Amino acid sequence: MNGAVMIDTAIHLLLLLLFPPLLLGVINKTKAFFAGRTGAPLLQPYHDIVKLFRKDVVLSSSTTWIFRAGPVISLATMLLAGLLVPLGRFEAPISFAGDFILFAYLFALGRFFTTTAALDTGSAFEGMGASREVTFSFLSEPAFFFALLVLAKEAGSLDLNAMLHGPEGGVRASSLAPMVLVALGLFIVLLAETCRIPVDDPNTHLELTMVHEAMALDHSGPLFGTILYSSAVKLFILGSVLLHVVAPFGTGRPLIDWPLFCAELAALAAAIGVLESVMARLRMRRVPYLLTGALLCCGAGFTLLVR
Amino acid sequence: MTDLLNAILVVVMILNLFALGTSRINSVIRLAAAQGALLAVVPLILHDRLPVPAVLAAGAAVGLKGIAIPAIMMRSLRSAQIKREVQPLVGFLPSIILGAAATAVALLLSTRMSLDISQAGTLIVPTSIATVLVGFIILTTRFKALSQAIGYLILENGIFVFGMLLVEAIPLVVEMGVLLDLFVGVFVICIITNHINEAFSSMDTRELASLKE
Amino acid sequence: MISSFVLVGASAAALSGVPGLFLPRTSPLGQRIATLLMEVAALLGTIGAASVLAGSGGFAVELPWPAASGATLGIDALGAFFLVPIFLMGGLGSIYGLGYWPQGRNPRSARRLQLFWGLLTAGMALLVVARQAFSFLLGWETMALSAFFLITTEDDREECRTAGWIYLIATHIGTLLLFGFFALWRRTTGSFALQPVAAGTLGSGAMSLLFFLALVAFGLKAGIMPLHFWLPGAHANAPSHVSAMLSGVMLKMGIYGLLRFLSLVPDSPASWGGLILALGAVSGLFGVVFAIAQHDVKRLLAYHSVENIGIILMGLGLALLGRARGQSSLLVLGLAGALLHVWNHGLFKPLLFFGAGSVLRRTGTRQLDRLGGLAKLMPWTAALFLAGAVAICGLPPLNGFVSELLVYLGAARPLVDAASGAPAAVLAVPVLAMIGALAVACFVKVYGAVFLGSARSLLPPGRPGEQGESPASMIGPMLALAALCAFIGVAPSAIVPALEAAIASWSPAGAATSPGLLGLAPLREVGLASAALVALVAIIVAATRRLGRSGARVGTWDCGYARPTSRMQYTASSFGQPIAGMFAWVLRPRLHRPRVEGVFPGAATLESHVDDATLDRVIVPVSNLIARRFGWFRRFQQGLVQSYVLYILIAVIALLCTLVPFGDIWAAVFAR
Repeated sequence: MNGAVMIDTAIHLLLLLLFPPLLLGVINKTKAFFAGRTGAPLLQPYHDIVKLFRKDVVLSSSTTWIFRAGPVISLATMLLAGLLVPLGRFEAPISFAGDFILFAYLFALGRFFTTTAALDTGSAFEGMGASREVTFSFLSEPAFFFALLVLAKEAGSLDLNAMLHGPEGGVRASSLAPMVLVALGLFIVLLAETCRIPVDDPNTHLELTMVHEAMALDHSGPLFGTILYSSAVKLFILGSVLLHVVAPFGTGRPLIDWPLFCAELAALAAAIGVLESVMARLRMRRVPYLLTGALLCCGAGFTLLVR
Repeated sequence: MTDLLNAILVVVMILNLFALGTSRINSVIRLAAAQGALLAVVPLILHDRLPVPAVLAAGAAVGLKGIAIPAIMMRSLRSAQIKREVQPLVGFLPSIILGAAATAVALLLSTRMSLDISQAGTLIVPTSIATVLVGFIILTTRFKALSQAIGYLILENGIFVFGMLLVEAIPLVVEMGVLLDLFVGVFVICIITNHINEAFSSMDTRELASLKE
Repeated sequence: MISSFVLVGASAAALSGVPGLFLPRTSPLGQRIATLLMEVAALLGTIGAASVLAGSGGFAVELPWPAASGATLGIDALGAFFLVPIFLMGGLGSIYGLGYWPQGRNPRSARRLQLFWGLLTAGMALLVVARQAFSFLLGWETMALSAFFLITTEDDREECRTAGWIYLIATHIGTLLLFGFFALWRRTTGSFALQPVAAGTLGSGAMSLLFFLALVAFGLKAGIMPLHFWLPGAHANAPSHVSAMLSGVMLKMGIYGLLRFLSLVPDSPASWGGLILALGAVSGLFGVVFAIAQHDVKRLLAYHSVENIGIILMGLGLALLGRARGQSSLLVLGLAGALLHVWNHGLFKPLLFFGAGSVLRRTGTRQLDRLGGLAKLMPWTAALFLAGAVAICGLPPLNGFVSELLVYLGAARPLVDAASGAPAAVLAVPVLAMIGALAVACFVKVYGAVFLGSARSLLPPGRPGEQGESPASMIGPMLALAALCAFIGVAPSAIVPALEAAIASWSPAGAATSPGLLGLAPLREVGLASAALVALVAIIVAATRRLGRSGARVGTWDCGYARPTSRMQYTASSFGQPIAGMFAWVLRPRLHRPRVEGVFPGAATLESHVDDATLDRVIVPVSNLIARRFGWFRRFQQGLVQSYVLYILIAVIALLCTLVPFGDIWAAVFAR
């Protein structure tokens, strides 16, 4: 391993660990701007997470060790998944053929434990949130895989690194339509996985309308902080994946590319903020249609490509 | 040799008709036993050499068909306390006529059947067909369970006669298998007879129809 | 030779239940002897099979059986691969039975159960080592009939009897088709021996017919949709360790039969692969959809077996496609995925059934909507069931992920390797993803409903000393299975030699030209990643241990509910309702609405259940129709023994008349 690779890996790790809460801050700032408010400072999520980690934990008497395992395992899976994703024009620290399957299933593992932890409390609302979460995932998983298949076919390789960096000579003109469809589908999947409008409202306080928020109702203190942090990391990771499809630019000079990547990611977060401000959340019964639409988008992209 | 064989087979056919005609179950048992024992000894007469397996088989057959099975049936008869058959479906005299007709048909048709046999001059085929048919007649027309068991025995005798046709000496394993089959069958029938008797206070198998769903 | 230990093991298993027959009904000695013999058998059998997988040659034995023109027994790597789960489950299930079905508590049925357990294991072992039609059929029938007697152990329950009859009908249809299959085999290849035939010996018509017969016969046993109709009832009503054996091992005998047949015809067309791939996708998807709609734990697990058989078939279909096109990498990946999933399913499904058995034993009910909160009462069972649930969803770091990864890689192969052809096979990837997501949904539902939250109905008090956790004899096998799941998940490269040996024995030509499993699939890396995941979790737990001194334990806050009750929890049915609603077009649930009348209505109930599509919507109505149409036939059944004998007599006379040349007699009589 030469020095450049080591530095890149170190920066990758640093970004993975420290950058995500900033994205949440950007989204909140954008929404505040649209609402005509000043809004919380950009670095507020960092303060929130640190504050939460300093608090005590209050556990429900009906919970078991699984309640504490849920946030821990979702964090661990997100961190490991983050090591599989290449950021910008740089290589991912861990990469092997077929790792995209591991990537997708790490998300599923995290979901399994967060939903189980939600059911551990024995309450109606957490059960409701968990039920909706798994229902949405059954539609978003195949969409995600279709998108990955399109990328794999384009790049001619099965490892995430090569897939996301795309074929050597850039995207062919004939694959423009499939890539656009894939980008659209991936964006909807990102919104679904990170629980943003129009799939889920992160600011809602009505239990009947929550999905992700409902699952975290009874977590407190460090556990809640972990949940907040790992959802930020999830946004970071999925955003990086989307960026590869939407903005595959790079200058080849690490000094410019790293800041460029951070700026692109912040722009994506701002775009999500804009979307959240101009749209309302869909009716719960319409969300499966939206996700089926994403599935069909990616499927159509795949069909167009393989034809 | 052939004449002796034919004579024995004629005796067998006559025993059939006697079995059809009598209503005393005791005598029918003895008739069937005699028929079985007689047939068991026939292979010994037929062959020039006396291989040990054949002697063993014959001895077992005589012991089983002539002594053991009748003993079991007599014991069952005594515990059920019946002596006579009730009026069968086809009366006793008509039964004999039917049996004689069956024997005649067997005798007539056996020469026309396209069987590739080495013992063409003997009466083996007609005897076996006649005995089988008589066994069936008894099975079908008699109502008491023990009589049906005897019909089964006579049926087996008929099949045994046919078996003499096919092989010089029936393999020991097959012979033992057949005897075992027979023994178990009769054993089970006798046990069932007692149960029927206990359940319905009679050995009339028509009572069993009430068990139909 | 060591591999002949397999025969000794099989004989020991067959005889394991016999000593118990001679001992008094209530003495536990019979069960202990049976378990001991089964353990010895399991040990010997596993050693023998492992030695073949490790490369030492297998034996070949000729048994004298004149009526069947000789019976050959022989073991090769493919057979040895299937022997391992057979003996493993035979041994572990026997230990589980010590605690679950002790002889002292079940005097009527325990001896019978042990006898047929041993016979089932021995029958399966015999069928795997059979090299000739009759020994295969002997093993097959022994297995099928022993399974029937095991399923109907609790024959005082009506639903148990019904399930047993349906199973018997299904398995005998399969056996009949197998008879036809072997007859046709003999006709076209000239002998009953199961040896590979050279390419081109079988005409395409004969091959198609053989394939159809094999697919239906083995499919009935394996539980491929729509031939799975006997599975849910049989697996739900059998005692739990029997269900574990049936689900984990007996279904695989159908897969083994199909594999063996396919290995004998190396020139199979690619359409077979496509058909099996499609059938696998359908079974997988609809199996898990039906599972989500179930209220009964064991029925749900049975439908999941259908789903996993679907995944195995998908791998098998890919392997066939690869073989037909000469693509050895596709062949190796698909077959490795299918075979590894055979082992994996044989590990985590019995683990889950053992857990369900523990729950059933403690609570007396299988209904999900009446359970809850058992994790506090039975912590070990809960933890081990969780391991099984994670494994069956195919999540890293456990073994389910590895086999699904292999199938994924095989299906995605045409994307990167243009020569592979069959681009439609790539559609298997999203289907597998959907199956995986639905499986996660289903098992979160099951785990949450059974072990988490609080109890939805009153628990029975339980016997003294059995208020909580199950006895060690029940936990031990679960622990062993979970450990094996973890082992395969973290160190999959350890079993690569066994997989490659089995693949080589299935298709020597394909295995010779492939770059080896480790070259095709990143098993080492996946193992390392799984280990890394576990390590990461451990680090985070250790680092945050001193964080957050636990405050008080309070009731669930749930955004301010003052007095939550256990009846307010989300039930399992509610959890699965969105997905069940989306699939209502195939599930067709029946809803029995309450009748609510008047201003002060009385008590009412609402009930919904999902019938099995094939059984209750197709087979039962058709058979009722046939029964009605043939009602007039009943007059022939009067219950009189004499009339039955008369029917036989008429049949005999009719047969004799075929020998009589009536034409000649007529001519002779009228010539005069």
